[in-house]
Amino acid sequence: MFNNIFKKQRYYFDSEGLLVVDMSPSSAVHYQEAVQAATQDAGFSGEDMVINFGPQHPSTHGVLRLEVVLEGELVKKVTPHLGYLHRNFEKHAEYIPYNEIVPYTDRLDYLAAMNMNLGYVLAVEKLLGLTELPERVEYIRVICAEFNRIASHLMAIGTFGLDAGAITPFLWAFRDREKILDLFEWLSGARMLYNYIWVGGVARDLPDGWVEKAKEFLDYFEPMMVEFNNLLTHNHIFIERTAHIGILPADVAINYAATGPVLRGSGVKWDLRRDQPYSIYDRFEFDIPVGEGMYGPVGSAFDRYWVRIREIEESVKILRQALDQIPEGDVFEAIPRKIRPPAGKEAYFRSEAPRGEIGFYIRSNGSDIPDRVKCRSSCFVNISLIDEISRGQLVADLVINIGSIDIVLGEVDR
Amino acid sequence: MQELIQAVQNSQTFLSGLSEAALAIIFFVLFGLVFATVAAVCALVFVYLERKISAHMQDRLGPMEVNTGIPLLKNIGHGWAQTLADAFKLLLKEDIVPNAADRRLHLIAPFILFCAVIAAFSVMPFGEKLVVSDMNIGVFFVLAITSFSVIGVILAGWASNNKWSLLGGMRSAAQIVSYEIPSGLVVLVIVMQVGSLRFNDIVMAQAGGILHWHIFQFFPLNLIAFIISFLATLAEANRAPFDLPEAESELTAGFATEYSGFKWAIFYLSEYANMFLIGIFLSALFLGGWTSPFGSLFGGFFDKPGWQPVWIILKAVAIIFLQMWLRWTLPRLRVDQLMYTSWKVLTPFAFVTIFGVGLWMLF
Amino acid sequence: MQEILFFVLAAVAVLSALGMLLNKNPVYSVLLLIVTLFSIAGLYVLLNASFIAAVHLIVYAGAIMVLFLFVIMLLDIRADVEHINLKRLSRILALLATFIFLGETFLIIWMSLKGKAAFVGLGEGILGDVPSVGELLFTKYLLPFEIASVLLLVAIVGAIILAKRKLRPEPPAA
Repeated sequence: MFNNIFKKQRYYFDSEGLLVVDMSPSSAVHYQEAVQAATQDAGFSGEDMVINFGPQHPSTHGVLRLEVVLEGELVKKVTPHLGYLHRNFEKHAEYIPYNEIVPYTDRLDYLAAMNMNLGYVLAVEKLLGLTELPERVEYIRVICAEFNRIASHLMAIGTFGLDAGAITPFLWAFRDREKILDLFEWLSGARMLYNYIWVGGVARDLPDGWVEKAKEFLDYFEPMMVEFNNLLTHNHIFIERTAHIGILPADVAINYAATGPVLRGSGVKWDLRRDQPYSIYDRFEFDIPVGEGMYGPVGSAFDRYWVRIREIEESVKILRQALDQIPEGDVFEAIPRKIRPPAGKEAYFRSEAPRGEIGFYIRSNGSDIPDRVKCRSSCFVNISLIDEISRGQLVADLVINIGSIDIVLGEVDR
Repeated sequence: MQELIQAVQNSQTFLSGLSEAALAIIFFVLFGLVFATVAAVCALVFVYLERKISAHMQDRLGPMEVNTGIPLLKNIGHGWAQTLADAFKLLLKEDIVPNAADRRLHLIAPFILFCAVIAAFSVMPFGEKLVVSDMNIGVFFVLAITSFSVIGVILAGWASNNKWSLLGGMRSAAQIVSYEIPSGLVVLVIVMQVGSLRFNDIVMAQAGGILHWHIFQFFPLNLIAFIISFLATLAEANRAPFDLPEAESELTAGFATEYSGFKWAIFYLSEYANMFLIGIFLSALFLGGWTSPFGSLFGGFFDKPGWQPVWIILKAVAIIFLQMWLRWTLPRLRVDQLMYTSWKVLTPFAFVTIFGVGLWMLF
Repeated sequence: MQEILFFVLAAVAVLSALGMLLNKNPVYSVLLLIVTLFSIAGLYVLLNASFIAAVHLIVYAGAIMVLFLFVIMLLDIRADVEHINLKRLSRILALLATFIFLGETFLIIWMSLKGKAAFVGLGEGILGDVPSVGELLFTKYLLPFEIASVLLLVAIVGAIILAKRKLRPEPPAA
């Protein structure tokens, strides 16, 4: 059976003794045939089941399709199939002016639209060389980004609980997320796709009383997180379910270019807000939480979850500072009349979105329409880890692992 | 049963001319229908309860809209008719059977499950006289007949010809067969103390108020036995945190994935009927059954026979509330943890309680 | 009443047993076998052996048949439904079993005609309630009972050893 490796067949056992089915497009062997051949191989139990996980599955967090090879309930191989939510973002962007691309970025990571806005806008500002912005604009941007980080992480930890079978934490997380969405609705008129952060400024100034309401929310929200932790985080069953699975060693995470909580969960202290401070993040006091292996090995699904919980707390810290320091001022004065970067100029800017680094590469051709826009998506990179961390575990663990990576298909498929 | 038949034969109604056998058949059918209906109605009530309880635990209101519809009382009633409306909706829904499914097995699977659960109600003591058949092996009969439910579940999984259903059915089979062992073992603890398998004997052994209930006897052995029994029956009913066969985040809906309309309603109904059954079963074994918790207090007023069904149903509802509370609090176990809990925690402790109670009774 | 029930149950048992044998789909066979076992349990009840009936249901219908179903589902025999291979050995075995069965039947009929066999009529005797079964098991049949339990223990240990498998095959030799 092991001669197969030298015969360059499409299936073999890797160094750890797990079955690998080569799924590369160049493979002449059809997938089903490969699996059949593998199952008929001597010494193989023949109980394999190829199962389609999604796109209409409750815990793939959208329209992800995973092709899973199971032996009983043991996962042998996971292959993500993408593209069910492909919207041609990058090609679209080559036909519309710079400022009209902003609403399209909303639809990338639609759970953290503010962060997507911010990432793109910062890239355009870098292209334009626009560095001096009104203080108030910078503060509003940071406040929005951090509020949206909390909302996005609430969704992540809520659905993670749902993946583990706990339904109540999910609704509690949603209850609090609704309050953030209310604030955003007051601010921008939209609850999900805000189109709020514009090149050189923001779409509207903060309404009267918004800052007070935001502070009120933070006062309400912090005890709620304690309650949430008591319900889910320190639950024994939950720890048993999550703390020993989906182990992602730090070197593997770096080799796969994982970012965000997935990387930090493995113990790598890398956060662009601290390591390459953009906007005014260098003015605030905050920690970069990393996975500590509280209940199991470092880099487990629980660590990724725990990093998100801690990041929510850190975001609250940033928000408290920012809401106290926010100055008065005009938010529209730096908005350029027309955006026409010099021809041939290019810029790449990366920022820390809730799910990892979102990077935008923009090249100008001298007109008000970009020549090329490329989006580096963190979810797209992170989802490729799913096979690495799920092999040899059970289906139930696969679900937990997907939840711990926390993908948004809008960003994966773009 | 015999007395009832005698009474009817002696009475001067048109029924007195019938033979004993005919009367027996009539009564069995009648009782069966009554109990099936009662169980189904109770299940509807419990579905409503679960929706309300879960809603309030999650800071929601739950169903509020479907009420009487009488103009003045329109908004009063906290949506009490919601499950009724849902039941009618399910009856009217299209019944979809997948092309590749085994149609006959797909049809009978939910009914096997339902029958297994409802049949167990025939020995449930709702009162001293309020029991269809007070068999001398009542407790054992419940264990035997409920073990059929797994066949319904496993067939549903197989007949649907869906991989998710099959996985759910397989999980369910492994789960129910494993948890039958601790739940059967701890029943022995009570049977040893009472010396009978008849439900009414077990209940009457606990007469005389709350302190005579089995759960407080042989402290703490019987309490441990109650906890084991509660957990094991929870698992047999596929309730969270043991709801792996229908774990929606993993297996979509497990064995019930390919079911819709009335057949699906039968699955749903049997789950809640099963919860009710467990409530009655546990309260009869551990919580004094239909006896009142006050004993001879209040001049024995609460000991009158009319109160008997009230007490046992109240106790059953308390246990059902506990089940719901757990469901809306805890995450789900994984398959291997489930097996671990059954074989390495519950079963040894069940043996320990049996051994301990045996020693206690000897000395 | 009891006679009617007896004949109904007996007929159901025999018919479903026949159906079990003649059906080509193994899942249906298992289901019909369950029906047979169920009606035999009913016959036990008619003999006042309701404890034995309940044990019968728990052990056979509840546990063993579930395992049968489990195995059939796992192996997915449906593909081999048409492929029934009657080899010589199984033919001989079938013939042998038939002769034994016929011999037993003949013996029973013969003995009952001679009045030698002890039969319990419907609704008589207390053969199968809990105290009598327990008493017999712990006095008269103590040794066979213990031997049976040791046998079961051996079977359990054997099953565990057989079921223990390596999840990961040996790494390839260099």
